[in-house]
This record gives sequence, C-alpha cells and structure tokens, in this order.
Amino acid sequence: MDANAEPVIALRGVRADLGSRPVLRGIDLTVHRGEVVALLGANGSGKSTAVRSVIGQVAIHAGEIDLFGTPRRSFRDWARVGYVPQRTTAAGGVPATVTEIVSSGRLSRTRFGVFRTADRRAVRHALELVGMADRAKDNVDALSGGQHQRVLIARALAAEPELLIMDEPMAGVDLASQEVLAHTLKDQVAAGTTVLLVLHELGPLEPLIDRAVVLRDGCVLHDGPPTPAVGQHALPGHDHVHPHAPAGAEPIRTGLLS
Amino acid sequence: MDLLDYAFMQRALLAAVLVGITAPAVGIYLVQRRQALMGDGIGHVAMTGVGLGFLLSASPVWMATAVSVLGAVIMELIRWYGKTRGDLALAMLFYGGMAGGVMFINLAPGGSNANLTSYLFGSLSTVSESDVTAICLLAAFVVLVTLGLRRQLFAVSQDEEFARVTGLPVRALNLLTAVTAAVTVTVAMRVVGLLLVSALMVVPVAAAQQLSRSFAATFAIAVAIGISVTVGGTVTSYYQDVPPGATIVLLTIAVFIALSVAATPLARRRARALAAAQPAGDPAECTIPATRGASDEVGV
Repeated sequence: MDANAEPVIALRGVRADLGSRPVLRGIDLTVHRGEVVALLGANGSGKSTAVRSVIGQVAIHAGEIDLFGTPRRSFRDWARVGYVPQRTTAAGGVPATVTEIVSSGRLSRTRFGVFRTADRRAVRHALELVGMADRAKDNVDALSGGQHQRVLIARALAAEPELLIMDEPMAGVDLASQEVLAHTLKDQVAAGTTVLLVLHELGPLEPLIDRAVVLRDGCVLHDGPPTPAVGQHALPGHDHVHPHAPAGAEPIRTGLLS
Repeated sequence: MDLLDYAFMQRALLAAVLVGITAPAVGIYLVQRRQALMGDGIGHVAMTGVGLGFLLSASPVWMATAVSVLGAVIMELIRWYGKTRGDLALAMLFYGGMAGGVMFINLAPGGSNANLTSYLFGSLSTVSESDVTAICLLAAFVVLVTLGLRRQLFAVSQDEEFARVTGLPVRALNLLTAVTAAVTVTVAMRVVGLLLVSALMVVPVAAAQQLSRSFAATFAIAVAIGISVTVGGTVTSYYQDVPPGATIVLLTIAVFIALSVAATPLARRRARALAAAQPAGDPAECTIPATRGASDEVGV
C-alpha cells in the first residue's frame, strides 16, 4: 500500500460526552496527507471537541481514532503534530519572552530538552515565518491578540510538524495578522503540511481549504468541497450580523463596505 | 568578620544561602502555575513529619521531608481527580497536617509545643551538623531539577495542554514539581520556619517580575534576591537580637516594595519605547469577539 495513501487522521464512529451531555454522536472524519480540512459549525456543534479528541485531550467512549495509521492511544510521535490551541487570555504568572514560548514547541525534537544550534535556528525560523522575529525578546504580555496568536502558531511550527491542528486560529485576530496567518499557512500547505483547523467561517483562508466538514449537534452535516459564500458574504469585510445576538446588540461593522 | 569565627554561624549562613537559592528556584514554577500558596500548604503538612520525628526519635528534617513529599503527591493527585471538591480535600489535608504535628509532638516523651516553635518560625542558631548535611543533599536535588529540567518545567507550567500534545510526560513533571516543592519546604524549615517558607518561594519571584521581561531573567533575579535577603537577614539577626525567619521575610517584602516603586518609571519608559517602535498611523486593532451569539450561519 502506498504510504501516502494512508490517512493522517482517521476518526471512525467517535462518540464523546462532556458531563452527561453527548457532544459527539458518531463522527467519521478522514484527513489525507497534504489536505487542508476545515471543521465548521455553530458554537456547541462539537467542532472543538472533535479536534481535542484527535490530540487526546478529550476522552472518547466509543469509536476509533488513528494518527498516521497508529491508534491514538499508542501514538507517541508527537513531534509530527503541531497544535495551536484556541487563544485564551490565561497566561502564566511569570513574564516570558516570545522566544521562550516558541522554544517550548521545539522540545519534542530535542533529547532531554537540550537545545542545539539547529534547535535555536528552528525557533528563529518559526518566528520569521509568522513575521515576529523582530519581537523575539519582547514579553508576550506586551503583544496584541493577533500577535499573540502568531506566536502560538510559531510555537507549533517550531517542531517542523507534518500535521498542523488549529482551533479557531482567526478568533480575535486583527486583519493584518489574519493576512500574515493566511500567508504562513499557504507556505506550509505548499510545503506539503497537512492541516486540520476549526473555523467559525471560512474567511481569508477560503482559497486554501480543500474540504469543509460541517458539524451540527455532534454529527457530520456536510463533508465536501467548501461552498463559496454568496452575495454580500462573498465580499471581504462584510458586516457580521448575528441573528441570535441580544436585541439591540450592535452588529460588528467592519466599515469596509459602507 | 567575627561572625564567621563561630561554627554555628558558618552552618547558619550556609543553610541561609542554600535556602536563598532553592526557595525562589522552585517558587517561580509555582507562581507560573498560579499555585503560589502550594508552599504554604506543604508547610502545614510538614508539621506532621516534624511531630513524627520527635515521637519516633528520628531526624525531624528527614521525617518532615518524607511526610511533605507524600503530602505533595496527594495534593497533585487531588488536583487530577478531585475537580470540584478538590479545594475542600486540600483544606482537610492542610489542617489535618497541622493538627497531626501538634498531636504527635505532645505525645512524644518530653515533647511540647515549644519544640515545634523552632520549626514553625525557624531557628538558625540550632542548625546541627546533620541538619546541614541533609540541607546540602536536598538543595542539590532541588537545583538539579529546577535548572536541569527548566525547559520542560517551563512548558508544563506555561501551557499544560500544549505540553501534553508535544508528548512531554506532564503527569510525571507535575509530580516532580510537587516533590521538589516539598523538599524545598523542608530545606527552608530550619531557616525561616514552616509558616514563613511560602513567602521566600513567592515574594522574590514577585519582586523580580517588577524588573524582568523574560522567564530566564526572572529566575536569575529572584535567586539573587533570595540569597541577598537570607544572608542579610541572618547577619542582621546575629548583630541585633531579632528572629532570623521574620527578619528575612520582612526584608524580602521591603525589596519587593522598593523594586515596585523603582520599576514604575522603567515600565513607563518601556511603554514609550514600544509606542515609538510602532509605525505611525497603525490602525487600532479590529478584533472579532471570542464569544459570539449562537448562530448556524456559517459560511457554507
């Protein structure tokens, strides 16, 4: 069997509960080498849980998950996986520089955490990829939301992973950083990296995405090529009007269409 | 310096230096994990060890080490499995540890709360040869762990979930941190006392943060502050008749206040430098709120 034909991620009939509430009710998902797959869905549809089950942060009670053809439970080769968590405001209680944070991502490629010249170079290179090399010595607390997200992506790239898993990489990210991120991701995909990412909407990453998987109430609703947005939604910078937002809430107006 | 002529002062100063190094070296990881009060909890549990040492006529330092290591491991296990009831279980462990110490020491032949006092508030002048040997061995272990595994411990303390996904043995590293903290408590017990141990783990780190932007610098400055205050406090207590533990802790807090005041203009200058480095006319960030109303209108 051709090694490239083996899926990088394979979920079969995966079920998971949070508390007593079923969050995933039998998900099937396959990601092949070199593919860029977006997981879409409303809040509570299970998309984050699905991704977190792949990396072993959510216990599943039925089904199977394979990573690089190995059952997840016995998978140990974590340097092949780069994970970008959903950006949180929670940070450590001690100052840390951009380089110190990104170096954590390189640990999986070192022996006993000893950094060699090649490791320092890889950290530096990861920072260059996201355009943050000039901020290498700055405290991460001094960064904007978008810059912080770029640092978390550099941390995932520092191990030079074959598979990138990202949870809402565009949430809370300014437009300039969104463009940098889209560009970084494009280069990674061109170099053959497989990508699974959770998105709230396709947005600026749309041209990169091979396949969109839409979840609803813990089930796969759609699995196929992404449907291009139509009408006003197809234009960059369209207004975000949320039908369930509290009455009187001001829609997020980007101001680019007015 | 005439104070070095006395063997008991040599031992006291050696113990003080070792505590000045080890307490902030472990404390920085506890502060990073936002478990700044863990040292305090371990200190309470260690009292049972001291009491048992007296009762069984064993070395109180080694007994306290054994019991506080056990207590720290239980605390870590409660953190994993305890979830919502975790803090109540920890409270019981702390107070049980304290009550156990008082109970055991009063059961010991000739023992009374007076024996406990030197462990609660420190008693540098009574540090014995065997205490110094124990303190040296334990301090060597603490330095080895906190420096040798600094990258791993940093990663785990900064972002536990990410550390798990990079394949780090997170549970083992968490246990090791807890054990190292417990060992540090017993190292510092004779110098500042069990009730004040936590201050020396946390306050030098908080003081160092006023000046530093990086973890490495915070570590170095915190250890430098730790050594300065433990040695300074010990010397002060030799010349003035004041208790060393309390002197050391008050000195540390004074350093913290002094650095906080000194750091205000520094922070302002840094903010100005940062603002100047930003290109002019940089638009204010346009962020999309992380919490959105429920909506099925995804771009499909």
